[in-house]
Amino acid sequence: MSKNSEFVKFDKVDKSYDGKVLVVKDLNLDISEGEFITMLGPSGSGKTTCLMMLAGFETPTNGEIYLDSNPISNIPPHKRGIGMVFQNYALFPHMTVYENLAFPLKVRKIAKDEIDKKVDKALSMVSLTGFENRMPGQLSGGQQQRVAVARALVFDPAVVLMDEPLGALDKNLRESMQYEIKHIHESIGVTVVYVTHDQGEALTMSNRIAVFNDGKVQQLSSPDKLYEEPVNSFVAEFIGENNTFQGEVSDISNGKCKVKLKEGEIVANPINVKSKGDKTTVSIRPERALINPAKKLDNNYKGKIEEVIYHGDHTRVRLNVLGNSEFILKVPNSSQNLDIKLGNIIDISWNSADARALDPK
Amino acid sequence: MSSETNKILTTDGIPLEESLKKAEKKNKIKAFLLVAPLLLFLIITYVFPIGDMLFRSVDDRMVTNMLPKTFKAMEKWDGKELPDEKVFEAFYFDYKKLVEEKTFGKLATQLNYEKNGFKSILKKLKRKMKKFEEGNYKEQIMGVHKRWANVEYWRALKRRTPAYTYSKYLKGVDMYENEDGKIVQVPEDRRVHKILWVRTIEVAFFVTVLCFLMAYPIAHLLATLPMKYSNLLMICVLLPFWTSLLVRTASWMILLQQQGIVNDFFVWIGLVSDDNRPEMMYNKTGTYVAMTQILLPFMVLPLYSVMKTISPSLMRAGKSLGGTPFVAFWKVYFPLTIPGIGAGCLLVFILAIGYYITPALVGGASGTLISNQIAYHMKSTLDWSFASAMGLMLLTGVLVIYWIYNKLVGVDNIKLG
Repeated sequence: MSKNSEFVKFDKVDKSYDGKVLVVKDLNLDISEGEFITMLGPSGSGKTTCLMMLAGFETPTNGEIYLDSNPISNIPPHKRGIGMVFQNYALFPHMTVYENLAFPLKVRKIAKDEIDKKVDKALSMVSLTGFENRMPGQLSGGQQQRVAVARALVFDPAVVLMDEPLGALDKNLRESMQYEIKHIHESIGVTVVYVTHDQGEALTMSNRIAVFNDGKVQQLSSPDKLYEEPVNSFVAEFIGENNTFQGEVSDISNGKCKVKLKEGEIVANPINVKSKGDKTTVSIRPERALINPAKKLDNNYKGKIEEVIYHGDHTRVRLNVLGNSEFILKVPNSSQNLDIKLGNIIDISWNSADARALDPK
Repeated sequence: MSSETNKILTTDGIPLEESLKKAEKKNKIKAFLLVAPLLLFLIITYVFPIGDMLFRSVDDRMVTNMLPKTFKAMEKWDGKELPDEKVFEAFYFDYKKLVEEKTFGKLATQLNYEKNGFKSILKKLKRKMKKFEEGNYKEQIMGVHKRWANVEYWRALKRRTPAYTYSKYLKGVDMYENEDGKIVQVPEDRRVHKILWVRTIEVAFFVTVLCFLMAYPIAHLLATLPMKYSNLLMICVLLPFWTSLLVRTASWMILLQQQGIVNDFFVWIGLVSDDNRPEMMYNKTGTYVAMTQILLPFMVLPLYSVMKTISPSLMRAGKSLGGTPFVAFWKVYFPLTIPGIGAGCLLVFILAIGYYITPALVGGASGTLISNQIAYHMKSTLDWSFASAMGLMLLTGVLVIYWIYNKLVGVDNIKLG
């Protein structure tokens, strides 16, 4: 059986709550079967609304959503067969863990012994065997989270939606849960639509990430592409760290462009600029700028060290380069030979391919 | 060994427990002083009156103290035939003293509760007594009225000998201790209290059910509507609550009377004919309608406060897991509201069971409740001990309901806010 690449399809979906403002604008998104896709964006960007429309708790104002090629706008939530993990887990507080997990099976009128088997399997999947008779209130946050995941998966839904499920957990637990959810996804091959505002979470877990802003998908691509090759300044800013220069294109040729800044000029990779005179934001990742490299690159400048912050595995150095005093460098701890001291002036270089000339801010 | 190791010492060598007590002492005193005014207030205005009521309902010392000689002389009387001269003599002197002190009226009232007809023969005795000669009081008293020669009256008198009695409680359930000392029911045509008890419980029960049926959707709406609408609705629920009880009851009288607005409306839409307007007041219907409306907020508020805490995502979870809206409501939402239902029902039932003013005004003869009877004995017959006895029976009833509720649902599951 070949995988359906349009298993879930948002087709020109608009959503407005008050008839004045569109929270989702002309959304077109295809999710293939078995994929782990993350909707990432700041709060108010429309990502949760999209999830709610898919789950059936909100109706699209315009357009249609298809699940396995069937339009689902008129199907009530309980008939969609979509599992969902809620932000605050939404475990039923008056039911035991077993009863919580058995709920979706009971309403589907599955036989008792079959239910027992499925609940056992789901609990062992999230390594909570033996917790059947606990009440949700007696579980820790992480355990409740696992129960919520198990409950969303226990009835073998085709799609599972997760709405910032790890938001309430502490950092360590969040990281281990990220791996756990990823492994569960890999082992059972269910389609997961995951919503988060945490880019780290999105990068580690997803096959593809849809970056939302202002009701629109800004970029939809794999995590590495998203990080290495952001298509606009919002994505570059939102994902990872970023050094920016504002300027104007003074020359564009051979897949390279020259950008004139207030002080000096840099060579960049033209992404969102077409012609001479275009305003642009040039974006460079901190780790792509090197201190005094052996091989000369096509951008070489001097910078004054303004601040040195120790981070354990690396040191962050704030420089003043070309009039930008917020230029951040990441220096690995192993490079002890470098003379990094406050006030020193050092040579830095980067490749023009890593300096992406994007749309102006 | 174990006791040595169990005792943890502070660095100063004082046992930890002692040190903790010392440190907490100041806070404890402070806490006690804070509650002291309320405690005092409760003792003066609640514990003391209830104690007094309990005492009053069984206290019968008044009669005992009024006729000390008579009761002493009666000790040896077996109650089968008329008592002998000694009893009559003692009664004559006791009564004479009461006449001189002008307190004989109270005795007459008390003895008339015990047996009808006592009042008039005591009055007659008082008039004739002035001409009594010394000696042979039995003959002289019996000569005043033929009832004085009736052994029943003397038995009734003897029954009032003990200083404490439970006869008021028996009377409250239409029973009495007859001449042979057996507890029997009063004749069927005089069983008024039993009807009132049954009616009180019935009205309280149905008012609770009606309140619940109406309050549940309102409370749900209140808890789920956006703030600006829910505030308005909340005011609508609370507005009657802020209005005087008397005003609300009076407005129901205006609405429900035969020439009232509701009847006018029924006639106008052709539901009833003009000359056949239904009676909706001065009967149980009036009591039901007015009490339900008045007690509704007491059901809405606890329900609302519980529903407010139920996350809307729970219902969503129920639906997304495949439950129809009804299943999600019945299996998820409803069980979570049970603490509110319990609190609301208990509150409304207990308030309804002792409700006084509304049934008094709109209840008529067939809509009055036990509390109206208590008030009647407080104000009209002045039989305070009987009123106290019935009041305590009502209180006991409420406590029993509370106990049953605790057994069924658990008091921990009550949530008022």
